[in-house]
Amino acid sequence: MVSGLINANPVVYEKKERRVRSPSGCADEYAAEAIDQQEVFDILLALDIKDPEHPYSLEELKVITEDAIEVDDERSYVRVTFTPTVEHCSMATVIGLCLRVKLMRSLPSRFKVDIRVAPGTHATEAAVNKQLNDKERVAAALENPNLVDMVDECLAPTYG
Amino acid sequence: MAESSQLTQHIESFVNLSTSPAHQAASLDAIVSSLTNNALTVESLVREMGMYLTTTDDVIRARGILLLGELLTRLDSKPLDDATVHSLIAFFTDRLADWKALRGALVGCLALVRRKSSGGVVTANDAKAVVQSYIQNLQVQSLAQHDRKLCFELLECLLQRYPDAVASLGEDLLYGICEAIDGEKDPHCLMLTFRIIEVVARLFPDDLLGSFAGDLFEILGCYFPIHFTHPTGEDFDARRDDLSRALMVAFSSTPLFEPFAIPLLLEKLSSSLQSAKVDSLKYLSNCTVKYGADRMAKHARAMWSSIKDAIYTSHEPALSFTTDSLNGVAIDENGILTEALKLLETLIKQGLILSWIVGDEDINLIFKSISNFKSYNETPPQSKQKLHAAGHILSVSAKASLSSCRSILESFLPPLMDALGLSVGNSSQDCFNDKYVLEGRLNHGALYLCIELIAACRDFVAGSEEFKLEFAAANETWCCLLQSFSSSLAKALSHTLARSANGDAYDADIYFGVKGLLILGTFRGGSSIISKSIFENILLTFTSIITAEFEKTLLWKLALKALVHIGSLIDRFNESEKALSYMGIVVDKIVSLASSCEFSMPFSLKLEAITEISASGPYYLLKTVQGLKEVICSNLSEVYVHGNPKSAEIVVQLLECYSNKLLPRIHEAGGFEEALMRFALNIWSLIENCVAFSSQVHEKGPLDATMKAMKLAVGSCSVENQTIIIQKAYTVLSLSTFPLKEPASDIPIQLKGLQLAQETDNCSSRTAWIYSLFASIIIAVRPQTRIPNVRLVINHLMTTLLKGNVPAAQALGSMVNKLGLKSNGTEVPNTGTLEEAMDIIFNTNLWSFNDNGALRSNGGMENGGAMGLTDVARGAANSRSLQIHAIAGLAWIGKGLLMRGHEKVKDITMVFLECLLSNGRKSFPEEQNSSEHSPKSVMKCAADAFQILMSDSEGCLSRKFHATIRPLYKQRFYSTMMPILQPLIAKSESSFSRSIMCRACAHIISDTPLIVVLNDAKKLIPILMDGLSVSSNDFSDKDILYNLLLVLSGILTDKNGQEAVIECAHMIINRLVELIAYPHMMLVRETAIQCLVAMSRLPHARIYPMRRQVLQAISKALDDPKRAVRQEAVSCRQAWASIASRSLHF
Repeated sequence: MVSGLINANPVVYEKKERRVRSPSGCADEYAAEAIDQQEVFDILLALDIKDPEHPYSLEELKVITEDAIEVDDERSYVRVTFTPTVEHCSMATVIGLCLRVKLMRSLPSRFKVDIRVAPGTHATEAAVNKQLNDKERVAAALENPNLVDMVDECLAPTYG
Repeated sequence: MAESSQLTQHIESFVNLSTSPAHQAASLDAIVSSLTNNALTVESLVREMGMYLTTTDDVIRARGILLLGELLTRLDSKPLDDATVHSLIAFFTDRLADWKALRGALVGCLALVRRKSSGGVVTANDAKAVVQSYIQNLQVQSLAQHDRKLCFELLECLLQRYPDAVASLGEDLLYGICEAIDGEKDPHCLMLTFRIIEVVARLFPDDLLGSFAGDLFEILGCYFPIHFTHPTGEDFDARRDDLSRALMVAFSSTPLFEPFAIPLLLEKLSSSLQSAKVDSLKYLSNCTVKYGADRMAKHARAMWSSIKDAIYTSHEPALSFTTDSLNGVAIDENGILTEALKLLETLIKQGLILSWIVGDEDINLIFKSISNFKSYNETPPQSKQKLHAAGHILSVSAKASLSSCRSILESFLPPLMDALGLSVGNSSQDCFNDKYVLEGRLNHGALYLCIELIAACRDFVAGSEEFKLEFAAANETWCCLLQSFSSSLAKALSHTLARSANGDAYDADIYFGVKGLLILGTFRGGSSIISKSIFENILLTFTSIITAEFEKTLLWKLALKALVHIGSLIDRFNESEKALSYMGIVVDKIVSLASSCEFSMPFSLKLEAITEISASGPYYLLKTVQGLKEVICSNLSEVYVHGNPKSAEIVVQLLECYSNKLLPRIHEAGGFEEALMRFALNIWSLIENCVAFSSQVHEKGPLDATMKAMKLAVGSCSVENQTIIIQKAYTVLSLSTFPLKEPASDIPIQLKGLQLAQETDNCSSRTAWIYSLFASIIIAVRPQTRIPNVRLVINHLMTTLLKGNVPAAQALGSMVNKLGLKSNGTEVPNTGTLEEAMDIIFNTNLWSFNDNGALRSNGGMENGGAMGLTDVARGAANSRSLQIHAIAGLAWIGKGLLMRGHEKVKDITMVFLECLLSNGRKSFPEEQNSSEHSPKSVMKCAADAFQILMSDSEGCLSRKFHATIRPLYKQRFYSTMMPILQPLIAKSESSFSRSIMCRACAHIISDTPLIVVLNDAKKLIPILMDGLSVSSNDFSDKDILYNLLLVLSGILTDKNGQEAVIECAHMIINRLVELIAYPHMMLVRETAIQCLVAMSRLPHARIYPMRRQVLQAISKALDDPKRAVRQEAVSCRQAWASIASRSLHF
């Protein structure tokens, strides 16, 4: 392992105040509530991926933000762009994998999920993107018991 | 002789350590009782115990002495002669030296020293001897915790009860005490220690104490600040505060501690521990008071700078511009700010640091740079914090005393006014009328400080009783300053409010504008400072905001709140002059809003204003209630005469407001029964006078709202007033409907049934109103209220009931629920009894069929009691709609009986059961009627009757309407009905009758308390499943479905319930999987998924086979249109997927 911290002094951001949804449901029983940015963000927020070096959540480090999520319910398409804290962050692929698995398990199967590292924020951006969006490689990663355990550990608390 | 041997036995069993503690206690009790009833004297006891007290065996001697000590503790009120007491205390004093048997000696000493004066006490000399022996022999700190505690108790008791004798020991005693308490660590003992020091400081003269103060404080000081590292959970958490308080009292017990205490406390102020800071501040306030101004003067400067630090650095919550914070100070969480301000107040009251404040650089810097604080939003947070700190300091200082108020106001108010650009306008008369133009917006910083100052000033005036306002107003400079500024300030603030707009930028302006005016408006003491014209102008400003500026939400809300606050203060302090202005300017104007024809203001806002204003005082409440009543009546008559739909809409809103907002408040305030009765009577007179109803009064809205208000109003009246109302109503009823003659038996029911269709349309709406309102009175009256002519009323109600009028049925139910029984003896003649009423209901001629007598002899003859109405319900009248109405009516009557626990309810339920089963027994003639009157609908109605029986109804037969409610009536009904219904379901032939049975069961189950249902969960599961499948077929049954599902989820989450479920897990899961896709109600889908989550906790072997099926269904639910369902689906999917492996490959 590397001696010393990769990112000794991360920038911590204040959590953005949540928009409160107006209580719905009683209004119209049959009205559909489309899957939107906020809902996907809520799904991802509950992820318990901690920075391995510091006790901050992904939201506090602005690894994922609501604005970095694109959702198109009609065309069944989600794209999540996340921002690693430092350019050579070793967690980038793991974070990406967790995001993908969480979305796979929480969204209807019709959705195509696209996970990307924000352009210019990671040293091996292309490689990470390729790895995260390659169906075969994701499947292979999930066959790996060590990786599955790790992902499950991150996901476990997100199910109420 | 026998006695003495018995005594020896008791003594032996106490002294012997091998006997059980219970045994020992028993023998102690036995000896005590023989001592108290004088069967045994203390002397003879001591003689008997002789050897036990003096033996050389340490254990036996210790137990013996302890026995004597315990006995004396229990005998604290038995008179003993002086010689006995003397010899006993001498013995125990001596035994203090015997460390091996110390416990008993301590207990004995304590018991004797604590004796009450009535029965022989220890003399001063003996007490002195005890103390001497104590000092000489006891090494307190080397003892165990309990013994130490006893030692301290003894010492405290001696100090408290024999101060003179003890004090004469002087230095020796002080040494002894220092030695005893030094290094104590146990919290219980520490409480005693602190108290001992407090007593010592009180007891000894200053010159003697002076030389010990240093030593004593050295021992004491190391306990500060009290900080526990113990795990919480024991009783320590509450005790920290006790200890801290005891230590504080000890700290401030003598001014001699001052040179040691104050530096320590000031030092600890800079501690990083929050509680230490808070404690230091508390201690400092307390010590300041106790030590006196002279001693504290030299610390004043240091204290001022510490306080300033504490205030400036304390983390204050941001200002919120909401209505809640308008007249309260925001509370800080850690208490530092609060305590610092308290300390500041104490110091100023002692006259200590006022000069420091007036000359303080930081505060003066803020005043110099006040132009930097132009607007709230542009000020950086650090500056805001400084500004608020200065505001706090000035406010507290001005509030503290007259002199501080004087000097703070005189030195700080004028510069603020300059900064605000206000001149000393002394023409307070027409300040609001002249053309005053304010340049730009008011400086935020100056406005804030100014408001803080004036608020402090107001609080000071309100808080000080002796302060003669009238006198001061003329003589005090600051009062004159206030007087002269008030008009221009009020003017400037109203201008600010008038020019404000919606939006964040103006929030602060609006908030402070309203707050400033509110403070000016709430000055106490008549009009000596704030003149009457200014006060009235403030009220006018607020009122015009209410009536005109309703688009500015924040301003409107704040103004309303301010008005309510002003009103309630006037009410609380009985300021009659201001009350007149308030009534004239505010209340009248706002109440008149409701009747005004000006429609630009939303009606709901008008009502909100009215209800809020009514909260300011009972007098205003009465006024608003009367005002509202008039508006309601005038609108109602508009509805009656012209059928004006707009009035109908308004009247519904008004009545809603009346019954939902004002009535609870009236109920709270109490004593407004008169107004309620007037309301009810007025409505009746209105109907009485209005003979010709407009034909358009068919809408249900106004009638329902009026009934609700009538019910609530009548319900909270007393018996006498209810009687008056019911008499009036009865008169109207008997005058205006067709004459109420004795038994209307000659009206053949058959005819009525035929006429029914036309009647419902033709029936004059006036009659409908009268019947419904009369029924609502009957529903709401108390059991004691006399209902006139019960027989006729019941007849009437029954006729109305058969026309499908639900209130009439409820009224009948309510009557049978409340009428007195014959047997209770206290009945008043003419009130009618339950038996009588039942007789009329079931046997009256009204229900017989003159033209078709044969029918009567067919049904239910074997039970002579149940005839008339029940016959109709059984379908004897051959009119389905009549039958349905009869069933609904019977259901309400049954509910009334069920709730009071009357057995007749059985007959009624039997009728329902008969209806349920009728399918099997009768062959229906081909119905020519539409499908809603088919026999099936009758059966459905009978099933739904069970819902009426079981469910709680808001509008009838509730506590609010004085119903007789027998405890556990639901359980009882459940346990009688289920054994009958269950076999019937099993036996039922057609699927329809089965579904109807299930429906009836579903109603019963879903309204029974869950605990009862859990007991026979196993038997109920099949019925539940049937019920779920039956009710999921028809979309109108979704509520039944949901209620059943709730019962199921209750069973699934209970441990016993889970066991019952295991057997039929397969069936339940199949059913739930179907319900996941139920399209008509989101809650059903959500609950079904939650039930599935609960099912996933059952044993694996049971549920594993269903895993694939559930997961497939759930993955569809992930795409549910509703968000809540999707969320549940995610966790359900995880729960089921992880049964076998955590991956999702299935």
